[in-house]
Amino acid sequence: MKKRFVPLSFLMLLLATTLTLYAEELQSLRGNTPLSEESMPAENKPWAKDSEPIARNYVQQPPLIPHLVEGYVVNIKFNKCMSCHSWTNYQQNRATKISQTHFKDRDGNDLATVSPRRYFCTQCHVPQVNAEALIENTFKPVEAVSQ
Amino acid sequence: MKTSFKVLVLGFIIGVMFWGGFNWTLELTNTESFCISCHEMKENVYMEYQNTIHYNNRSGVRATCPDCHVPKEWLYKIKRKIQASNELYHKVLGTIDTPEKFEAKRLELALHEWQRMKSADSRECRNCHDEESMDYTKQGRRAIYAHSEEAKKTDKTCIDCHKGIAHSLPANWEQAAKDAGL
Repeated sequence: MKKRFVPLSFLMLLLATTLTLYAEELQSLRGNTPLSEESMPAENKPWAKDSEPIARNYVQQPPLIPHLVEGYVVNIKFNKCMSCHSWTNYQQNRATKISQTHFKDRDGNDLATVSPRRYFCTQCHVPQVNAEALIENTFKPVEAVSQ
Repeated sequence: MKTSFKVLVLGFIIGVMFWGGFNWTLELTNTESFCISCHEMKENVYMEYQNTIHYNNRSGVRATCPDCHVPKEWLYKIKRKIQASNELYHKVLGTIDTPEKFEAKRLELALHEWQRMKSADSRECRNCHDEESMDYTKQGRRAIYAHSEEAKKTDKTCIDCHKGIAHSLPANWEQAAKDAGL
């Protein structure tokens, strides 16, 4: 009984130390401020202004939005993005046209209009702010399919 | 001689009072608070408008209801005000007194307003947005193209492209606008 207790307590101590160390590294968006105090609000970063299309970082990345989309309405009656990016409008507005893949439903049927699962553009396509990444990463796309 | 002078002065005073009172009342109906004193306006279009740049923006300069919907020049203003008596009539009838009724009428109402804007060469937009003072080089690349090349080439007016900037667009508006030549 006593013999089994020693390694168990050792393990628990090890676990506790690791967790404490890990917890110090981890920071939530509000930093180390306790819940009872008010944290400093994050700096307000304005959306990036209109620019040329932004190159993709990896194959099949949904292209990023290189312009402001503030106030753009996408609802059951109207999709503001489509007023420039639809096949009927893209040439006049010199915009990128919506990919044909967006007309397929989940069963692979081709639809006459944008598939409901692709209708809400900003679920995948997002505008950018000029900010550093919150968490650094070393991701590199596979060379064979990168530009 | 003395009496006719008195009549003239009296007439002048009455004239000033009448004209002043008329204009005062007219201006009273030309305020946002007057517009949204009706629930039809307050609960539909006013709510939508609050999310747009003409209500909420960095500098706090606002365009209120009459800035866009009532002409500033006197003759055009009076014409629009006389037409507005039709709106009073429909207020009494309750034509759009529920959100559902309003939604059913939205396309028709929007087409009226687009037609009015287009036939006046977007006069009310231009009260603030002066083409001569518009510096294209300070605009985004999409706006530069649309304002300098596209608009000039096709002789377009503001409302041709800028529909639904202050209120929600009706369903199928694109086809309806095309059919109406707007």
